[in-house]
Amino acid sequence: MGLVTPELGTFIWMFLAFAIVLLILKKFAWKPILNALKEREESIEDALRSADRAKEEMAELQADNERILQEARKEREAMLKEAKEMSSKIVNEAKQKATQEADKLVESARANIESEKSAALNEIKAQVANLSVEIAEKVLRQQFAEDQQQKDYFKKLMDEVKLN
Amino acid sequence: MKSIHRFLLIVFFIASAVTVFASDEHDQHAHQDTHKKEKFEPGNFIMDHIADAYDWHILSYKDKHVSVPLPVIVISEQSGFHMFMSSKFHHGHDAYKGFYIAQEGDFRGKVVEKIAGKEVRPFDISMTKNVVAMLISMIFLMWIFISVAKAYTRRKGQAPKGMQSLMEPLILFVRDEIAKPAIGEKKYEKYMPFLLTIFFFIWLNNLMGLVPLIPGGANVTGNITITMVLALFTFIITTVNGNKNYWVHIFNTPGVPWWLKFPVPLMPLVELMGVFTKPFVLMVRLFANITAGHMIVLAFVSLIFIFGQISPMLGYGTSVISVLFVIFMDMLELLVALIQAYVFTLLSALYFGMATEEHH
Repeated sequence: MGLVTPELGTFIWMFLAFAIVLLILKKFAWKPILNALKEREESIEDALRSADRAKEEMAELQADNERILQEARKEREAMLKEAKEMSSKIVNEAKQKATQEADKLVESARANIESEKSAALNEIKAQVANLSVEIAEKVLRQQFAEDQQQKDYFKKLMDEVKLN
Repeated sequence: MKSIHRFLLIVFFIASAVTVFASDEHDQHAHQDTHKKEKFEPGNFIMDHIADAYDWHILSYKDKHVSVPLPVIVISEQSGFHMFMSSKFHHGHDAYKGFYIAQEGDFRGKVVEKIAGKEVRPFDISMTKNVVAMLISMIFLMWIFISVAKAYTRRKGQAPKGMQSLMEPLILFVRDEIAKPAIGEKKYEKYMPFLLTIFFFIWLNNLMGLVPLIPGGANVTGNITITMVLALFTFIITTVNGNKNYWVHIFNTPGVPWWLKFPVPLMPLVELMGVFTKPFVLMVRLFANITAGHMIVLAFVSLIFIFGQISPMLGYGTSVISVLFVIFMDMLELLVALIQAYVFTLLSALYFGMATEEHH
């Protein structure tokens, strides 16, 4: 029965020793150890979190870069397009202008020609009138020969005055 | 590592110094023993090894007993306070100042005195083998964990090293596998010092109990008084920290028909008994497990002597088988040492968890 009968003396020793050791360990061992473990866990967690954040930021930055690049590309395209349009417009305008100019030149040439022509015609007309007058004069000078003669002569004159 | 060696060396020197002193004295009594060359009694053999003692027996050879004497502190009703070394009893053969170690009866193995012809136990606060072993283990415990704690402050922010890295997973195991799930994330911190202390105290003493040489070999966690104190601490902490919900659960158990509570308060009585049976079971479980393990090992050893008495050759033959079984049992006991420490700590944590659980 001695085995299962608690001993008062042992009880007192154990109770005191355990209480004292519990307090000592609590103050000098468990508190610092648990605090250190907790601190370390927190710092690891912090580090992981900040790494995640850095990754996110990096991704964001990359996305930003991508976007900026995209924008730049778009802008460049737009600029190129605009320049192309501008150049083709300029060319077109120039072409148009040239055509107009050419047309104008042709027109004025035509007008010149027309005026030259009418001037020439007028001159011819005047010539013809002069010639007619000369012929008439010559006819008149010979009028009084025979009719036949007259007619021949007239005919001869007429042949002479061939409108060339 | 160096400091462990130094520690063991010191313990060994102290032990051997007292041992030598002790072994000088009993030569004169050798002749007393010879005439009663007693028969081997396995019952007494086992009990003597499991039970507490006033000196720390190391070995006996023929009629020489080598043991470390320990202080006997008694307060007699008749003669008052006495304090002397247990070597005065000469291994239980002599009386000293009227005190002697009872050899049979209810007080077998305890210091008693005769008052008016009756054997009476004085108030006995001797530093017995279990007390001294318990104190050594506590010094060992403090030394280990205070040095580990120092390592944490000294090597702040660095990876653990040496003893620190050996203890860290165990501490984390108690925290993450016992305290957190049993008590809850919010409240576990308050109970951590106690849980860690009992876990390591029980485990260390279980292991030291398996070592046959001093400072091991004492059956500390197989002593009902020791487990009683441990269970009492669990009980006190549970009771002191019990919240309203806990007490309501005991005295007005929800979800139970009213006629179980009134007029005969059957459920409250059962629940109230549970408050006491829980720590009681803790006490008995640890005591019984460790004691049973020691008993089995000792029984196997006893077999050798039982057969040896029949014929020496039979004894030698049995020893081979017995030693194999003892090795097997010791392996098992290594496992049991950890499991019992774990179970005691886990159940304590569960009781704390119950006491502090919020209404849900």
